[in-house]
Amino acid sequence: MTTVQSAHQPPRTGSNFGFSEASTSTMLTPTEARDANSSAAANDSNTGERQLTYIAAISEALREEMRRDPNVLLMGEDIGGSFGGAFKVTKGFEEEFGAERVLNMPMAELGFVGAATGMALMGLRPVIEMQFADFITTAFDSIVQYAGTNYYRWQGAVPWVIRAPSDGGMRSGPFHSQNPEAWFVHAPGLKVVAPATPADAKGLLIAAIRDNNPVIYFEAKPLYRSLKGHVPAGEYVVPLGKAHVAREGTDLSIITYGAQVAEALHAAAQLTEEGVDVEVLDLRTLKPMDTEAILSSVRKTGKVLVVHSATQLAGIGAEVASLIADEAFEWLDAPIRRLGGLDVPVPFSPTLEDIYRPNAAKILRLARDLAAF
Amino acid sequence: MDDLSTEQQTSSAQHKLTRAEQVELYYWMQLTRTLDEMTVALWKQGRGVGGMFSQRGHEAISVGSGYALGPDDVVAPMHRDHGCYLLRGLTPRRIVGNLLGRAHGVSRGRDANMHGVGDLNFNLIGFISHLPQSLPVALGAAMSFTYRKEPRVAMTYVGDGSTSEGLFHETLNLAALFQAPYVLIVENNQYAYSTPLAQQMTVEHIADRAAAYNIPSAIVDGNDVEAVYAVTKTAIDRARNGGGPSLIEAKTMRMMGHAIHDGAEYVPSELLAEWEKRDPVQTYAKRLIESGIIDQVELDEIKQRCAVEITDAIEFTEQSPFPAPETVTEGVYAP
Repeated sequence: MTTVQSAHQPPRTGSNFGFSEASTSTMLTPTEARDANSSAAANDSNTGERQLTYIAAISEALREEMRRDPNVLLMGEDIGGSFGGAFKVTKGFEEEFGAERVLNMPMAELGFVGAATGMALMGLRPVIEMQFADFITTAFDSIVQYAGTNYYRWQGAVPWVIRAPSDGGMRSGPFHSQNPEAWFVHAPGLKVVAPATPADAKGLLIAAIRDNNPVIYFEAKPLYRSLKGHVPAGEYVVPLGKAHVAREGTDLSIITYGAQVAEALHAAAQLTEEGVDVEVLDLRTLKPMDTEAILSSVRKTGKVLVVHSATQLAGIGAEVASLIADEAFEWLDAPIRRLGGLDVPVPFSPTLEDIYRPNAAKILRLARDLAAF
Repeated sequence: MDDLSTEQQTSSAQHKLTRAEQVELYYWMQLTRTLDEMTVALWKQGRGVGGMFSQRGHEAISVGSGYALGPDDVVAPMHRDHGCYLLRGLTPRRIVGNLLGRAHGVSRGRDANMHGVGDLNFNLIGFISHLPQSLPVALGAAMSFTYRKEPRVAMTYVGDGSTSEGLFHETLNLAALFQAPYVLIVENNQYAYSTPLAQQMTVEHIADRAAAYNIPSAIVDGNDVEAVYAVTKTAIDRARNGGGPSLIEAKTMRMMGHAIHDGAEYVPSELLAEWEKRDPVQTYAKRLIESGIIDQVELDEIKQRCAVEITDAIEFTEQSPFPAPETVTEGVYAP
């Protein structure tokens, strides 16, 4: 079970579902940030299941893979020493694995992603922490032109992973809130992953590290400490390229990924109260995309809303909509709807960011209209 | 320039080339020159596919430096380093196959001319058109050797043009920071496409920039194969012994256009005439004959052998199939 813990959290059930436009996620205080991954797994008092936050699940995946395979090493800015990264994902790692496996980098993303490619060609498996997904543009050539094309060109495999903390709702402004996944889906040779739950955060990261291709792993930083859920201990791999039905339903499909899965589940819970049975499909991997899971859901419900935090224009939702129009047109009972960010830089001020970014309330409105179509 | 140049003198003595090695250096340069001349002729006859880059004038750099590598060392050459690819063990058939987009080419028809000519069986990393990208990739290979405590070195090449990209700075800084076993050869051939050095930078020598990173550097006559070998060997030995990275600026002249389509009318003809007198292949042949290392008969035999090898590669390739169209989506991802 996954539970969302947030100071601003609206009730998840109840007849009065009138939560505001405000995001369900919270901004971290410096104190919370310091406590990042240090919290040991806690058991849920009701179910007895082992619970971890989303960010602790990421740390656990890294730690377990580094213990398992000496070829796995970390690179990134501020990840070493006692600091352990801007979000503290690698706190304590240098102590356990040594500075030669936790490579603290100067601000040179283009250079160190290129170096990771060279290491990967030699059989290492570097995992790069991009401090924020927004900064990934500085390494664009190294990712898209070199790493993504290499295997096709001369069969040199490039097994690295870039962890990219993405998404907003945290009042972090235009350069600490972006969702650039569509650029990388558009580029040949890369795999793109976007976990929505703590369990997937662990299982997909482990799968990404073991994959023999460059994988960009977009972690949803609004979920870091707000989302807690069951995470299996030890070896746990979630295969890349497989979507997950986060909630079964028959009337309408919400197809989404990352932080918007939790938002869609909130909206779905409310729609149940209104007599609409919503299916929520979590894509989990954006490339390769699980097209069969998308089409199966559409054939079941006949109505589709695609949601992502990233800009709606030319986003993943457009590709999903096109796939459905091509392959499942005869199953549709309503136009395909999309909900994504506005075509503006991610704004800072709360009133602007809340209008900019999709959330459960907006999903609810669109889904309600679609159900009534 | 400083300490590497000083070491070079000691080092040349230490790495005194045997007669057999000198003949071998000549052979590789002549094979490179023959490959270049015969493939340029193909394009002039309309038998080429797409574009191609002549390496004419770069033979001493690619052969002299490549010859200094050990078998386990890794190298990422560029588009004018045919000599390095050949002496690492790629056959002329596979190289010409790549130039002509055939299925048996190194990139199986996936990448153009000398791009994508990488094969880890020969410890060769292929380059991309964004040439400075080879800088950090080779550095990463070098860092993997440090990590695994292997006595190996990684070497790469860029032209003068690439040194204006930000990645040149990022990589040299990282190489110095991690004291990586890394050697960078800058092939200064005076022009980045049509842009001469004076419009690219204000420093007289690219090697001068190495001081900013605390990296030893050297300037070498890029048309003197033995000098290139000696200075590279010094840098490689230093890297292998834990002495960190080096930058070598090899000065030469691009004797043809940027690529086959380019007549390079922007290059003064007097400049080309002056460099023609310093042709690296012919001056080395002359030196070997004058010093009695080799006689004209043996020289002619080598030339003949090179012509036979390249003729075979061209004939074989022209009779070989292009990749099957239905394979276009194959091999995007590693299994």
